Amino acid sequence: MEQTWRQAKAAFAAISIPPIAWLLLFFIVPMAVIWAYSFGENTGPVTIDFTGTFSNYMRAAEPLYLEIFWKSVLVAGLTTILCLLVGFPVALAIAFASPRMKAWLLLLIMLPFWTNLLIRTYALIAVLREQGYVNFTLEWLWSNASGLMTLVGLQPLGEFEPLTLLYNNTAVVIGLVYVHLPFMVLPLYSALDRMDRSLMEASLDLGAGHMRTIMQVVVPLAAPGIASGILITFIPALGAYLTPDLLGGTDSQMIANVIERQFKRANDWPFGAALSFMLMYLTFIAIAVQALVQRRSERRR
Amino acid sequence: MTTLSQRRARRERPGPLEYTKRWPLRVIVLATLAFLYLPLITLMVFSFNTSRRNVVWQGFTTDWYVKAFNNESLLQAFVNSLTIAFLCTIISVILGALAAVMLWRFRFPGKTAVEGSMALPIVVPEICLGVAMLVFFARVLPWPMGLPWPLNLGAITIAHVSFSFPFVSTVVRARLASFNRELEEAAKDLGASEWRTFWDVLVPHMQPGLIAGALLAFTLSLDDFVITFFTAGPDTITFPVKVYSMLRFSVTPEVNAASTVLILVTVVLTAVGLQMQNRTEADKAKA
Amino acid sequence: MADVAHASSNAPAPKPAPHVKDNAIIRFENITKRFDKVVAVDTVNLEIKEGEFFALLGPSGCGKTTLLRMLAGFETPTEGRILIDGKDVAALPPNKRPVNMVFQSYAVFPHMKVSDNVAYGLKMDGVAAPEIKTRVSEALELVKLGGFGDRMPDQLSGGQRQRVALARALVKRPRVLLLDEPLSALDAKLRDQMRSELTSLQEKVGITFIMVTHDQDEALAIATRCAVMNRGVLAQVATPADLYEFPNSRFVADFVGSVNMFEGVLEKDEPNEAHVRCPELAATVYLDHGVTGARGSTVWVALRPEKIEMHKRPAGSSAMKMEDAPQGANVVAGVIRDIVYLGSETNYEVELEGGRRVKTFRSNLTRYDQEDFTWDEPVWLAWHACSPAVLLS
Repeated sequence: MEQTWRQAKAAFAAISIPPIAWLLLFFIVPMAVIWAYSFGENTGPVTIDFTGTFSNYMRAAEPLYLEIFWKSVLVAGLTTILCLLVGFPVALAIAFASPRMKAWLLLLIMLPFWTNLLIRTYALIAVLREQGYVNFTLEWLWSNASGLMTLVGLQPLGEFEPLTLLYNNTAVVIGLVYVHLPFMVLPLYSALDRMDRSLMEASLDLGAGHMRTIMQVVVPLAAPGIASGILITFIPALGAYLTPDLLGGTDSQMIANVIERQFKRANDWPFGAALSFMLMYLTFIAIAVQALVQRRSERRR
Repeated sequence: MTTLSQRRARRERPGPLEYTKRWPLRVIVLATLAFLYLPLITLMVFSFNTSRRNVVWQGFTTDWYVKAFNNESLLQAFVNSLTIAFLCTIISVILGALAAVMLWRFRFPGKTAVEGSMALPIVVPEICLGVAMLVFFARVLPWPMGLPWPLNLGAITIAHVSFSFPFVSTVVRARLASFNRELEEAAKDLGASEWRTFWDVLVPHMQPGLIAGALLAFTLSLDDFVITFFTAGPDTITFPVKVYSMLRFSVTPEVNAASTVLILVTVVLTAVGLQMQNRTEADKAKA
Repeated sequence: MADVAHASSNAPAPKPAPHVKDNAIIRFENITKRFDKVVAVDTVNLEIKEGEFFALLGPSGCGKTTLLRMLAGFETPTEGRILIDGKDVAALPPNKRPVNMVFQSYAVFPHMKVSDNVAYGLKMDGVAAPEIKTRVSEALELVKLGGFGDRMPDQLSGGQRQRVALARALVKRPRVLLLDEPLSALDAKLRDQMRSELTSLQEKVGITFIMVTHDQDEALAIATRCAVMNRGVLAQVATPADLYEFPNSRFVADFVGSVNMFEGVLEKDEPNEAHVRCPELAATVYLDHGVTGARGSTVWVALRPEKIEMHKRPAGSSAMKMEDAPQGANVVAGVIRDIVYLGSETNYEVELEGGRRVKTFRSNLTRYDQEDFTWDEPVWLAWHACSPAVLLS
């Protein structure tokens, strides 16, 4: 099938040198520099010495930063669970729609995915802020309810207090779910769509209800799809910068915000480099776990 | 009698697997779509609102669009974004296609390592790549200041290509997997050289993958904020970075108007891209 | 020679079906199913008796699978009622119906052991664990898979997986077992074996089986009764022998087995004889029984190839005559144009004077054929007065 590079050395060189060189120069080298920095020390305002120290990692292991790491994992985990809870029924509905309907639903789920992240976050701000439409709707309901109560002779409700939906952790989770939902729906959809329908029919035929069919047949068989959906939602959520920055409050900093601060404001590049490599290791752990789950479910088949 | 049976036919019970027709799922799907679209739709609607405050509808106007188009720096950012996306798409498609052919075609020492590193830019968190690019262009390869447009956008374009072309490579390689190698052998059997075979047989087969990859690279570049945020200089602002800084100060309908334009640009480009992809795939299916 | 050829025609004897009872276990009443505008099943009325091995036979897309799936509950009829044991099952979802299905792809759960697959339905019914265990092993024994309980489905062959699907459905002791193209995915040898196993299995468990198939051989070999479907409509419901020997339409005659079909005009129709003039045959078809059709109407004569005798026609010999037909009837002259040797029999194609080709089969009764028919040889084709079927539609 494949041919060895020796059979066509010139062709191999022409094909392989540009991408490999690019990857090396503009990806591996920058990453390696950051990695080297993570073992360095600030010796002046702009000079960094590569001293091979582990002090940056020690500092990153301080409770303050560990807490932020832990919080990032929690927020990303919560986001992933919410995406899964919403995404699974949506994916199910798409997978079992008529072909026409399916194409439209898929497009509708994909479209926000093609839309700029910043614009979407901005749109969410416009809806969620105190002067936003969620609060307007609530106020309208509130005043109507209040009017209704006076009508039946009860005390009217008090003044409407707009909910603070922005600049807190809830807003960050809502924002992350908003942004990452398509990431979850698409792999779930493709797993459910590929599944042999007659297996579900067999389960129903043998007396199982819909919930039991889903739990005992659909979920185990779609496990690889679910695992990859979880992964591609969890990873970007874990490293999210923009959403906590724009929607979060002072206590909703996630790890990416801390990294950004080291580079742009605190000017402590070695520490920022160490943090960003710790984030990368976390990401790799997540990928490894997923690969493990995948392999196990494949072996079972 | 007929009307009765007709009415019954219309209200036919859904089959057991017609989940889309069951109301709990319908409610969830509609709610999800509302959740995804209502913010965007409000944003677009209020870009036509007379009131400065993004709150109450006071009347239709296109003033904000005029204002946005007269905003020199916003316009510049918009043009920058499109230019970077365009350049990034071309370079990414070329590099991605080469990488895909390399990995699909050849066996060579260190292939696993190359394959693994090629996947890294896809999984590495944006923030990590962003700071790496910041350091790289600050210390290793300082991008000269004051270069004429569009050369001044080089650093950002390079950064964008670095995370885009592995995506293109993945898409193209998936397409290559369906290639029937006998076609290649047939072309050679009929006397075509290695190079002619590549152009006459392999490239046409890759075409849908190339279009899909181009579409992906374009949107990835246009969409990117974080990595650009770390590589952009004061005179190389892109649209997302500009919107970000405007957001820090105030939320005006002007931003709505500019965002609406960008949304429309992406939607139109996506539609064109999907159309092209469908057409080439339909041609392939016909052939 | 003539007698031998006649005797070799394979009219199957009606199968004994001692366990078939009188009560209708399944009733389709005016069942119609439309998918958008396409009519898949059109006003089907059908009764299936308890204990039958019933086959729904037809070309692909004729609606047979849709009918089966409506019975299982996977499709909802657009109009009409389905009764199981006299009760309307419209409101029952598949998991509440007393029928079980063996799927075409078998649909054995790939993530469960064989025994868990078979136990699945019993667990859903809340059967106690010890009982599940005994019933599962009984069911596996029944399909000759005793000892396979701990295997995973991917360690089984296609035939074994089908047995798992059978056991899984039978273990629930359904009122009716539905089989969707049960033999289509098996290779030829296995298929023959499975045919006889299915029949004996059905006799052993005494459950009503309903099978969907597009393979007429399969239906004739297994079923006690068949329904032939065409474009959503029931074409004929009859025993296999009646389907083959007494088809009611050109479609059924053509779909079940091989046939020579000639268009003709009904010239004479009396209780004890009928004459059909077929222009293509250049001969009158004489029948020893009446046909209930209007005189002068267009009819079709269906003649099975194995019911046509072939005789040498030496140059200058006088025209042949069949003993049970008047002179000039049921005999035509032609020339052999094609010979296909199939081992057990040989198929010939004979070109008549008008250019029409007629198929005829001869059993190879001896290792060397004394007659030694060969290409371009002039022959007589003849048939008995009781052999042709006259079709009005």
